[in-house]
Amino acid sequence: GMAANKAAKEQKYDRQLRLWGDHGQEALENAHVCLVNATATGTEILKNLVLPGIGAFTIVDGHKVSGEDVGNNFFLSTNSIGKNRAQAATELLQELNSDVSGNFVEEVRAAGSTCLRLGAVLWNAEVPFLVCRTYGLVGCMRLVVREHTVVESHPDNALEDLRLDQPFTELKNHIDSYDLDSMEKKDHSHTPWIIIVAKFLEKWYSEHNFQMPKNYKEKEAFRELLRQGILKNENGAPEDEENFDEAIKNVNTALNATKISSTVEDIFSCDLCDNITAQTPAFWVMARAVRDFVRDDGNGILPVRGTIPDMIADSEKFIKLQNVYREKALQDASVVSKHVESLLQSVGKVCPPGYLLIMKFFKCVFIISGKNAAFLRVVRCRSLEEEYSIESVNKDEITSCMDNPDSEMVLYLMLRSIDRFYQQHSHYPGVYDYQVEEDISRLKVCVNSLLQEYGLSVSVKDDYIHEFCRCGSAEPHTVAAFLGGCAAQEAIKIITQQFVPFNNTFIYNAMTQTSATFQL
Amino acid sequence: MADGDELMAVDEGHVACGGDWDGRWNHLKKFLERSGPFTLPDFEPGTEALSGFRNIHVVDMDTIDISNLNRQFLFRSKDVGRPKAEVAAEFVNSRVPGCNVTPHCQKIQDFDESFYRKFHIIVCGLDSVIARRWMNGMLISLLNYENGVVDQSTIIPLIDGGTEGFKGNARVILPGMTACIDCTLELYPPQINFPMCTIASMPRLPEHCIEFARILQWPKEEPFGDGVSLDGDNPEHIQWVFMKAQERASEFNITGVTYRLTQGVVKRVIPAVASTNAVIAAACATEAFKIATSAYVTLNNYLVFSDVDGLYTYTFEAERKENCSACSQVPQDLQFSSSAKLQDVLQYLTESTSLQMKSPAITTTLQGKNKTLYLQVINIKRSLVFSFSLSPSVLVSLTGAELGLADGQELAVADVTTPQTVLFKLNFTS
Repeated sequence: GMAANKAAKEQKYDRQLRLWGDHGQEALENAHVCLVNATATGTEILKNLVLPGIGAFTIVDGHKVSGEDVGNNFFLSTNSIGKNRAQAATELLQELNSDVSGNFVEEVRAAGSTCLRLGAVLWNAEVPFLVCRTYGLVGCMRLVVREHTVVESHPDNALEDLRLDQPFTELKNHIDSYDLDSMEKKDHSHTPWIIIVAKFLEKWYSEHNFQMPKNYKEKEAFRELLRQGILKNENGAPEDEENFDEAIKNVNTALNATKISSTVEDIFSCDLCDNITAQTPAFWVMARAVRDFVRDDGNGILPVRGTIPDMIADSEKFIKLQNVYREKALQDASVVSKHVESLLQSVGKVCPPGYLLIMKFFKCVFIISGKNAAFLRVVRCRSLEEEYSIESVNKDEITSCMDNPDSEMVLYLMLRSIDRFYQQHSHYPGVYDYQVEEDISRLKVCVNSLLQEYGLSVSVKDDYIHEFCRCGSAEPHTVAAFLGGCAAQEAIKIITQQFVPFNNTFIYNAMTQTSATFQL
Repeated sequence: MADGDELMAVDEGHVACGGDWDGRWNHLKKFLERSGPFTLPDFEPGTEALSGFRNIHVVDMDTIDISNLNRQFLFRSKDVGRPKAEVAAEFVNSRVPGCNVTPHCQKIQDFDESFYRKFHIIVCGLDSVIARRWMNGMLISLLNYENGVVDQSTIIPLIDGGTEGFKGNARVILPGMTACIDCTLELYPPQINFPMCTIASMPRLPEHCIEFARILQWPKEEPFGDGVSLDGDNPEHIQWVFMKAQERASEFNITGVTYRLTQGVVKRVIPAVASTNAVIAAACATEAFKIATSAYVTLNNYLVFSDVDGLYTYTFEAERKENCSACSQVPQDLQFSSSAKLQDVLQYLTESTSLQMKSPAITTTLQGKNKTLYLQVINIKRSLVFSFSLSPSVLVSLTGAELGLADGQELAVADVTTPQTVLFKLNFTS
C-alpha cells in the first residue's frame, strides 16, 4: 500500500536523500522536465533525472530513429529504427523508474534558429532553459534563467557563526557562569574552547582598550595568553589540555568580526526585496523579513545560525553551550517569521492556516533564516539574445580568455562558427569524407566573419578549425554521457533550489579533460 | 559507481560482425578513419577498429541492493538480490548487440596474474582504497624489466574512478611509467574514527551515541545470539543500534539520533547520486577509448571534479614517488635501532602514511628456513603453530637480536593492500 511504497522509496533514494533531504526530494517529485530532441546527450541527461525520481518528463522530438542514432544512444534499440525518436526514447527511459511518468510529443523540428526563438519564449514565460550539445570531443551547456534564488547553497567550507566578537545576552550570561580559575583539572580540561577563547578575550579587552586582536602579531600574543592559561602540574610543566590546543588552533577564525557578506547585502538591496507585493515570490518575502530583522532586531547582524562544531568537552558543558546557540537561533527565527507574517498581511495575504501548515511554514522560515541566511544566493543569467546581440556581446570576457589561444573559449567560438556554417550551407562541416577538405576553408571563412561581426580581435588556431571539420558533428557517447551528468545536476539544482547553478556557459573538452565556465 | 571492475579487450582486425546495422558506427568512424591535429603520432586511420569494445569482463562480488537503484541504471527492482556482475552483463549484452560481457561474481583478489594478463585495459570503480592498491599491485607484478627498463608490452593501463556525493575523480595509471595508487597515497587520507574516550564517557554528538551502541554495547549484549556480528544490511540490527543509541542520547540530552543517521554511521554510508557517477564513468570511458585508438592524448593523469557550486574540474599530473613501495623497484629500507621491538616495526608498517598497511604478516629466512615473525590471529579458537613456539603477544615484544635478526636482514611482508609480498631490508642504526 501507500506506506510500503513510501518505505521502499526511502530505501531506494537513501543515498541521495542524504544530500538534498526529504524536502529536496519532494521538490524533485513535483517537477516536470521537458527534453527537446532525444539525442544521446538528451537521453543521458534525462536518465540522470529519471533515476533520482523527478515527477514527470516530456520528450519533444520529430525525428525518426536512424541506424546512426542507435549507434550512440543507449536509450534506443534496433527495434526503434523508423519509429518516432521521442516515443522510442520515452519507452526505454520510462522503465528506469516506475515512480516517474514519461510522455512524448512528435513535433517536427523547424530548421535553424529554433534555439534562439525557444529561448525567447521561455525567457518571457520565466521557465529555466538549459541548452546542451555534444560536438565531437566537446561538450557545451548554457543555462538561461532570468533569476534563480538559492535557499540552501550548502557551502563547502563555511566559517562558523560563533558571535565571539559580539556575544548575545544569553551567550554572555553563559560565559559568565564559568570561572576557569576555580575549576578542578577535569572540568578545566573539558571546557569547550569557545568558552576559553571568550574568557581570555575579556582579559585581552581589559588590557587593549576593548579592541579585538587584529593582525598576526596581536593574534600570536593572544595565542600566547591562551598558552599561559594551560594548567601546570606540580613541576610547573604544562598539563595535556587538548581543549586549549583547540582554542589556540581556532584563534585565527574565531575572532573574525561578525558581519554580513556582500553577497547577502546585494540580495537585501534588490528591488524585489524593497517592494513586496502580493506576487512577490516566497524567497524575496523571506529575504525581506531577514533584512527587517537585521535592521530592527539584530543590530545589523543576521539571525544566529545556531550550530557549533564538535569540540573537546564533557557532554554536559558541550550540550549546554550548543543549546544556548540553538535556542537563540529559534528565537531569532521566530522573530523573522513574525516579520514574514506582517509582510504578507500588508499585501493582503493571510498566513497559511492550520497547525501542520504553520509548522511547515516555520520550518521553511527556519531553513532560510537560521541555517542559511548567510548563504543565500541569487543567480541571474543573461538571455541568449543578450549573448548573441552585437550591442551586448561580452567582448571583454571573450578576448581576455583568448589571451591563451588554447583556452576553452576557442571551443565556444568554434561552436558559434559551425552554427554559422550550418546557416549558410545547410549542413555541418565535414559530415561526409569528401567534404572535409573543402569545408575546412569554408569553416575558416565562417570563423573570420564571426570574429569580424562581433569586433573580436582574437585569432583562432587552424588546428581547431581542422578538428571541428574532422569530427563531422559526431556525438560520441562518452562525451554525451559526461555532459549528461553535468546537465542533470544543474537541472536538479534549479528544481530543488539547493546548491548553486553555474552562470552561464560551461565548456568541457574531452581531449584534454579540462573545462571552464564563462559568463556570456 | 558500481563496486566492480570492468576489464576490456578490444577486437583487432575484424570486419564488422553479425549484429551490425547501417550507420551503426557513423559517430565513431569520424575518429577512427580520419586523422586530425590532435591525434597521436602512432594513430593509424582505418576501418578495422570499428568494432568498438566487444569483449568485456566484469568482476564484482556484490549483489544488488534497493539503495543501488537511484544510480546504478543497469539494475531494476526485480533484480534486487541478484549478483551485480550477472545482471549488468545480461543488460548490456541485450541492449548493445554484438557486445560480449562476461560476468564474474567474485572478489578481484580471487584471480591471479594468469587472469589479468589477458586484458588490454583495466577500468576500476572500486569502493575502497585497499582494493585499489591490490589491483595496482597486481598490474605492477605483471611488469617485465630488462636492464632496469620496463618492457612496454607488459604494461596494462589502469583507469580508476571514484565518487562521493557531488565530487569525483578519474585517473589513468600506466604501471611502471606513471604515478601509481601508492605513489599518491596521501590523496587518500585515512578514515578518522572518533576517540574511544569520547564514545565511552563523553558523548556530544548523535554519532557518538551510535558508535557507543555499535562498538561497546553490541559485543557486550550480543542481542541476536552468541557470536552474531552486527550486519549493517540487516534492518533489525540497525533498529537495535538505533534504539540503544536513542537511549544513550537521552541520557546526555543529545538530540539528532535518527534511523537514517544510525544506518549511515554503522554502514559508513557515502551519499551518492546518478549525475556524479555518470560524469566520472564517462571520463573513464573516454580515456579507455583514447588508449585503445590513439585518437587523442590520454589524460595525464588525474582529473578532479566537483559540482557543488557551479562546475569545477582540475587536471594535473600526479608525480611518481621515487621510493614508492609498490612501483619503484627500490628495496624498501627499514631503519630501526637494535633495541627496537617487533612491535615497533609493525606500528611503522601500519601507521606510516606511505605504507598504510592493514594487517601485515612478516616472514623472514633464518638459518636457511622460512620463519613467520608475525601473523595477526583473527579467530582465537584456531590454533596456529608459530615458528618460535611463542604467542604473538610475546613475539612482538622481542627485539631484533632476540629474534635472531641481523643487520641487512630481508623481511617479506604480505598484506591485503598488495597481491605481492613487499621486501624490506632491515638496517640497525645503533
